[in-house]
This record gives sequence, C-alpha cells and structure tokens, in this order.
Amino acid sequence: MSVQSVVLAADIPFPPSVEDFFPPSILPWDAQNNYWFTKITFLLWATVAILIVFFLVANRKPQLVPTRRQWLAESIYGFVRNNISVEMIGPRGVRFAPYLTTLFCFILLMNLWGIVPFVQISPNSHIAFPAILAVISYVMFIYVGIRKHGFWKYLKVALIPPAPWFILPMLIFIEIFSNFIVRPFALAVRLFANMFAGHMLLLVFTLGGFAMINANLFFIPFSLLSWVMTIALTFLEFLVIVLQAYVFTVLTASYVQGALADGH
Amino acid sequence: MVDLAAVGGSTAAIGYGLAAIGPGIGVGLVFSAYIQSTARQPESSRLTLPYVWIGFAVIEALALLGIAFGFIWQGTSF
Repeated sequence: MSVQSVVLAADIPFPPSVEDFFPPSILPWDAQNNYWFTKITFLLWATVAILIVFFLVANRKPQLVPTRRQWLAESIYGFVRNNISVEMIGPRGVRFAPYLTTLFCFILLMNLWGIVPFVQISPNSHIAFPAILAVISYVMFIYVGIRKHGFWKYLKVALIPPAPWFILPMLIFIEIFSNFIVRPFALAVRLFANMFAGHMLLLVFTLGGFAMINANLFFIPFSLLSWVMTIALTFLEFLVIVLQAYVFTVLTASYVQGALADGH
Repeated sequence: MVDLAAVGGSTAAIGYGLAAIGPGIGVGLVFSAYIQSTARQPESSRLTLPYVWIGFAVIEALALLGIAFGFIWQGTSF
C-alpha cells in the first residue's frame, strides 16, 4: 500500500450511500444538478450501440460453417429460442424469441457494466431502466392475451381459477393483485435491487478497506482481506448478473405463456 | 441524565436482517427440493430447472424488497 493512495483514501467517505449511484454530469461540466448526460446515460447508449453493431456484423454474411462471431450470435439466439421461448411457451413461442433475445442481451450487457473494471456501475441500478423493461413486458403479455382471447375472455382466463364459487370473490381479488399489480413491480424491483445491492456490496468492501487503513495503519491486513473479498464478490456478481438476465427473460416468457394458455 | 453508552446508526439494518430470514429459508427449500428430485430421478433435472429459477427469483424478490425498502425508510427515525 503506497503512501499516496493512503492520502488519497483520506477523503473517501466510508458508509457508501445512495449518492454514490449518481455519478457527476459529464457534458455540462460542473453542472451538479444537470444530469442530462452522465456515465449512466453513456453506458446505456454504449450498450445499445454494442448490441446493434455486434449482431449486424455477426450476421452480415452468414455462412454455412459459421465464423466465430456468427457462432456466438447464433448460440445466444439459439439458447434463448430453445431454452427459454420454446421450453416456456411451447412451439408457439418461437415468434417471441427475437424480443426475448433482445431483452436477454440488453439486460445482460447493462448488468455486465457493474463488474467491468473502471466502469463498475450498472445502469440497471437505477430503477428507471428496469421499470421501463418491466412495463414493456407487462404491456406485451396483456396485449398478447387480449389478442388471443378477446378482452373479457382474457380477464376470465387470467382472473378466474377453477374453484368453488364461494371462494371466488377472494381468489379473484388475489389474482388481480398478483397478476396485474405485483408482477411488473416485482420484475422491476428484482432487477434493480440486485444491481443496486451488488454495487453497494462491492462499494462496502472496497471503501471499507480504505476506511480501515485510515483508522489505523495496523489494520492493513484486514483491508487487504477486504479487497480480496471484493474480487471474490465480483465473481459472485457475475453469477448474479447472468442469473438476473435469465430470470427476467424466463419470467417474461412465463407471463406470455400464462396469457396464451387455453383457460384452466 | 447522562448517556453512558449509545448505539448509533439505522435500525433499518436490523429490519433487513430480520427480513432476510424468510427468503433465506425459502431459497434453501427451493434448492433442497431440486437436489432431492434430481437425486431421485436424474433425467428430470433439465425439466425442473426453469421452475427452480422462477421459484428462486420469486422468493428472492422478498429479500430484495427488504434491501430497497431499507434504503427508502432509513431516513425516517420513528
């Protein structure tokens, strides 16, 4: 541990707070309250650009024996199509595969910024991005259900489980609550809170190391341990990142499947 | 009266600790059920895996709500 970084560490506030999720504005420099172009915005546009360019380049000249890029793009699409769309929705699910693949790749890449060195914040740790994604899924499964069954029939399929009539009033209330209120909310909060908690966890262990050195130079072994923990947690975060992208996509597919099901 | 000892900080941390008990047990149950079913019938492992992740995600949402609400309510002291 060099002397300089100890000095630098002196002004690192220890308990990380929500403020740490709002990096300073990039474009109007020194405009603290003008957040129209920040690291978060930049990462969002970078994600979109990378995805578009990657899939365009990978499939520009498709070959029978795929090149490495084409193989990667095709196996991502094949994974989502076979293991998520078809497995969850059934043979009809193939037409949802493009959207689900986009969703999966977008969430995966957005989350991945959380552990890329020197970037290390995921745009998904702001509730706005997961919320919009959840709204898209919400509108989509309701639209698909209404188009399949018609409005009243869809409400009947979605809300009236096969149960004795005297328990229905309570069940319908529970189904409305769980299908139309909790679903989009849980979808958004799950992704957001995972990324938020992950970033917070890494911050606690990274800044905690500095805080312990600042408190007492004899704590250096503990701060080294804390930074080793940061590295270990980064690998854990990678697992969480992939899992959350998968879970968001699988849940969207399962809601679509529920909307397409032929009654109970 | 003079305070001889005091504890500072947010009680939201205690609240989150309590809130994580339930989801912890729940997630444990999900994976124990998956391991048991796979041990009894190894061919079913791929079939049940999506449901494992769905169940895991639904249960884990409770713990994550705890994190989010812990931050939302940490400012209110009563």
